[in-house]
Amino acid sequence: MGETTSNLLYLVTIICFVLALRFLSSPTTARRGNWIGAAGMVVAIAVTLAHDGLHVGWRIPVGGAIGAVFGAVGARRVKMTAMPQMVALFNGVGGGAAALVSLAEYHNVAPDPGRLHGDISVSIIASALIGSVSFAGSMVAFSKLQELIQGRPITYPGQKFGNLLLLGAIVAAGVAIVAGAERQWLLVAVILGSLLFGVLFVLPIGGADMPVVISLLNAFTGLAAAATGFELHSNVLIVSGALVGASGTLLTMLMGRAMNRSLGNVLFGAFGTVQAGAGTGAAYEGTVRSVTAEDVAIMLSYAHKVVVVPGYGMAVAQAQHAVRELADELEAKGVEVEYAIHPVAGRMPGHMNVLLAEANVPYPALKEMDEINPEFPQTDVALVIGANDVVNPSARNEPGSPIYGMPILNVDQAHQIVVMKRSMATGFAGIDNPLFLDPKTAMLFGDAKESVLKLVAGVKAL
Amino acid sequence: MSHYTQLVVELTILALAIFLGVEVISKVPTLLHTPLMSGTNAIHGIVVVGAMLVAGLAGADLLTGWVGFVAMILAAANVVGGFVVTDRMLEMFKRREPPRRDGEG
Repeated sequence: MGETTSNLLYLVTIICFVLALRFLSSPTTARRGNWIGAAGMVVAIAVTLAHDGLHVGWRIPVGGAIGAVFGAVGARRVKMTAMPQMVALFNGVGGGAAALVSLAEYHNVAPDPGRLHGDISVSIIASALIGSVSFAGSMVAFSKLQELIQGRPITYPGQKFGNLLLLGAIVAAGVAIVAGAERQWLLVAVILGSLLFGVLFVLPIGGADMPVVISLLNAFTGLAAAATGFELHSNVLIVSGALVGASGTLLTMLMGRAMNRSLGNVLFGAFGTVQAGAGTGAAYEGTVRSVTAEDVAIMLSYAHKVVVVPGYGMAVAQAQHAVRELADELEAKGVEVEYAIHPVAGRMPGHMNVLLAEANVPYPALKEMDEINPEFPQTDVALVIGANDVVNPSARNEPGSPIYGMPILNVDQAHQIVVMKRSMATGFAGIDNPLFLDPKTAMLFGDAKESVLKLVAGVKAL
Repeated sequence: MSHYTQLVVELTILALAIFLGVEVISKVPTLLHTPLMSGTNAIHGIVVVGAMLVAGLAGADLLTGWVGFVAMILAAANVVGGFVVTDRMLEMFKRREPPRRDGEG
């Protein structure tokens, strides 16, 4: 197939991808959009197979088949609660592929000095660097989410300085390549250095900051793909990479805003390391009121309106199905049940929405923060399940608090609050939550899933 | 087309695509942010095109061939996994509960 024909068909792919994203603006069309995107991908693969001078051989079909099987099996088998890991993993392999393509490209053109234009070598380095960082960073994020390594920030003295030094060395090697030192080991050094940098860069970032990191790595892979497009002169790669880059960047900014923290603070602040002596326990006075599941079941059954506030604790306990069962029982008694979703609840953007959708909660009941906050004063019971920092009123009231200024769900304005928690341990940010000492708050201790099931039984018995 | 003319055309495409991306993506509701992330994941699987070009380079040496082969595996996993996971997620978003209801759905 000639260049013009294939470029024309690649345009079909581009249009499909844009439509796929456009259709994501509503849950009713989103699934169709994803299919259109997949169709666009099939077109791109078919066009590339028909490319003039492409030697199909065995590597393309065999490699493609192995990857496709891994991808399909992984995607089919993964539990919805493990979705953040899976997203990180697929993101990482994309970045890795971009870096490898650059390595092979460079290896092929490098022996021929003078063939390499400056912009091509810049693209090769950018794609190798960003792709490798994205690959290694995503793998660390995956390991943290899968709990293969601890989720808390891993810090050591001289960390920032060391990382900065490493990044400087990588960039220096890149500049040397662009300046004309076309030696292949330099690019290998860039890739190895970037892999190490990717690991070191994600290690100090804590579990609750994962929504930001995953979004950022998503943007990185997009940029790596766009850079690969420049080196291969492929418009479809440039446009797709730019779309993904824009999406990842927007999500990163949104997540940062939802935590009232700058990107720099998330990436380099090692937030969530336990700050010793940071006013632990001293600041608040009052007693914690603990209740039984039976009491809560009565409270819920006689309410008019209940708002469920899910957090990462619900995901860990896999309590989403039990929560939905509870909502069914309550609705059968005429209680109005809604869900308040904080943008950074969970481990990736929109995490709670996916979990509750899995449990067949109809999506109109899932309310965004701005939508639900004015409703809390008319809410009889706010049921907080495994959420902590996103409902901490000190974010609103205490200028000295580390999370001051972060937009929160105003559950403290509800008539009564029930907090389901494993223990009195502090949340991810390692700070106390005055909500627990509020006279309107009752604490229901225990595993979230077991507690919710007890509530279901209690409500049924009434 | 000279090399630099092509570069300028490509930069133009890049800039317009970024603006288009921001425009389209800002219309995605927070409800669908996870599918957005995994859907864009699938889209950057387009590096499979690059992997194919490298893995299928005629007369390539051993290193290129093997690097291309590994890139092919990674990119294919990215494409297939990305679209399948996104489809699984989007399938779950329903307006009302389905008529059949036995135990946990």
